Amino acid sequence: MRVLTTARTAFTALRRNPLRAMLTTLGIVIGVGAVIAMMEIGAGSKAALNKSIASMGANVLVIRPGSASSGGVSFGAGTTTSLTPLDCQAILRECPSIRNAAPMVRTRAQVVYGNRNWVPNTIYGTTTAYLDVQDWSNLALGEPFTERDVLNANRVCILGQTLARELFDGESPIGKEIRIKNIAFRVTGVLSTKGSNMMGFDQDDVILAPWTTIKYRVSGTTLANSNQSTASTSDSVNTLSNLYPADQTSLYPEKSSVQQANHPMPVRFANIDHIMAAATSAAEISTAIDQITEVLRERHRLQAGEPDDFNIRDMAELTRTLSTTTLLMTNLLLAVAMISLVVGGVGIMNIMLVSVTERTREIGLRMAVGARGRDILRQFLVEAIVLCLAGGAMGIILGHGGSLLVQFLLKWPVETSPSAITLAVFVSAGVGIIFGFYPAWKASRLDPIDALRYE
Amino acid sequence: MELIKLHGIEKTYQMGDISVPVLKGISLTIKQGELVALTGSSGSGKSTLMNILGCLDRPSAGEYWLEGVETSKLSTDERALLRNRKLGFVFQSFNLLARTSALENVAMPLSYTAEPLSDSEIKKRAAEMLGRVGLADRLSHYPSQLSGGQQQRVAIARALINRPPVLFADEPTGNLDSRTSEEVLQMFERLNHEDGITIIMVTHDPKVAAHARQVICMNDGLIQNNDPVVSPEQKTPAEIS
Ligand SMILES: Nc1ncnc2c1ncn2[C@@H]1O[C@H](COP(=O)(O)OP(=O)(O)O)[C@@H](O)[C@H]1O
Ligand SMILES: [Mg+2]
Repeated sequence: MRVLTTARTAFTALRRNPLRAMLTTLGIVIGVGAVIAMMEIGAGSKAALNKSIASMGANVLVIRPGSASSGGVSFGAGTTTSLTPLDCQAILRECPSIRNAAPMVRTRAQVVYGNRNWVPNTIYGTTTAYLDVQDWSNLALGEPFTERDVLNANRVCILGQTLARELFDGESPIGKEIRIKNIAFRVTGVLSTKGSNMMGFDQDDVILAPWTTIKYRVSGTTLANSNQSTASTSDSVNTLSNLYPADQTSLYPEKSSVQQANHPMPVRFANIDHIMAAATSAAEISTAIDQITEVLRERHRLQAGEPDDFNIRDMAELTRTLSTTTLLMTNLLLAVAMISLVVGGVGIMNIMLVSVTERTREIGLRMAVGARGRDILRQFLVEAIVLCLAGGAMGIILGHGGSLLVQFLLKWPVETSPSAITLAVFVSAGVGIIFGFYPAWKASRLDPIDALRYE
Repeated sequence: MELIKLHGIEKTYQMGDISVPVLKGISLTIKQGELVALTGSSGSGKSTLMNILGCLDRPSAGEYWLEGVETSKLSTDERALLRNRKLGFVFQSFNLLARTSALENVAMPLSYTAEPLSDSEIKKRAAEMLGRVGLADRLSHYPSQLSGGQQQRVAIARALINRPPVLFADEPTGNLDSRTSEEVLQMFERLNHEDGITIIMVTHDPKVAAHARQVICMNDGLIQNNDPVVSPEQKTPAEIS
């Protein structure tokens, strides 16, 4: 018996009782519909979630100098001064998986405006790339400082929201001058609110300024006065020369002839505290780490056996949380789908058993004119599959319509998922086969004469 | 040639602890091209015998050769094939599929034949068959829209669609009035006469039995007499040619 004929027979049989067929498939319709709607809404929220997690810094890498040690005593991470702004540029230039990278110097000092003062969590010296790395480019007010400000070590800064509140209290800070360690900085912009990070650290309690300014005018450390075991943020004596700078800072400090002779290396004109780099996506992080390691080892002339003089940290915790969350969501969806499909399948099985009993005489007659057991089995199996597929198709329409409605009414992000639709088709056919098999098998095992005599 | 040969056929039904012997050793032979009437009182086991002959049921004991093949040794699938290709069966209660047109009812056995036929060929053959039973203008009627005689003729067309050599009919006129009965019986005679189909039918009616060339009378699970009633004007096709 050909498939087409069987399918047609199945349709004819189902048409005899359309209301019952429809009620039977309701379980499948609702199950498949729920799965499709949840998959589409879920995919949409996942994309949105990914985006917001990226803004939390899931694809940010922090490159710190390695630890210095002396006589077996380690001074801890960040105690060497192996990173330079040129490393940062090289990373940006040579690592395709890196979207942007910013050199960072860090200090902590009192900030004064008028009769108010505040000690921000951190004062960062950086470049404008930092805003891009941290996904923070939308300023609440004003504009970021420029590359030129970085090159000239201009005394400009961007305030975090907390500072703007504490120092200015409603006044617009743009164009005003604040003092950090008695050095006047003009405020060019105010960062948008970011809130606390996962450790409860207030991310708005921050000042951003060109790294050159912080390095040379505020923290005052240079290669000349920082030795291998002191942190680069060590303070120096503040002098009036910072208040009234007479000459330009020199990015390339003069080397004595002895130094030249001792270090025939290209001059390292400045070291920085760390580098922050953003990978193109959270998935690219491990490739990015490999690329950075390669670039930095080469730049730092490390031999094959030598340990890295830097270390790279990512927000592995964050990405792990992200992946477990999505896994949990997927599993939850799957469980719901399974339950509703099993319920739907039991409905199909029930009605197919009723149908087999009702049509016992028909089965007997078909056997009397030459139908074999397997013909009967196929007929009822196809009927169950047709029922389930029809239910699945209705479920797809219902679910898709539902998700569109959610998008329209609640403005939730929704993504059409072709894989969910194909899956739904296969799953509903599968449910038909699994739950239709027993009734069909029962029908195929009937004895022709008993079936004909059945009343 | 012997088309059907029964030897010591027995059928015993098991009703709980009691075993009910219905057929108690039936032996008979039926030649090709015969028109046989099976008579006997109600409950004598005619239907039981017919079901065994039609390969719908298996005997408890004994042998049944159809065209030289011992059928009780065949598998379920082989018996299904046999029913499809070699045997036609007409029931007292027509047994047509409801809400299915006459044409589709007649075409139904074709969907179980091994060699695939095209849709148009199936339609053509079913329509031709309905034409032969005089229902050419009732192709798309549902059983509920047909009279009893017409329904039985659809059933006969269905039984004959695969051109079987034998046709079994268990009280084919039992649910029909005398006029339509006569029509159906005449059709059997014609099929037997013109197409050489062997026909075995169960009947209570002696008038109906008169149409037959051989009458087998059953009583309490045994054959009482087996009379060949051959009148001069009713010759077997073999004898005519
Ligand atoms: N499935 C069955 N189970 C038990 N007894 C049966 C069954 N079918 C028929 N019989 C018995 O067999 C006997 C013959 O029945 P049947 O062949 O239908 O007689 P007939 O067709 O000659 O009237 C009856 O007494 C009936 O009760
Ligand atoms: Mg009977």
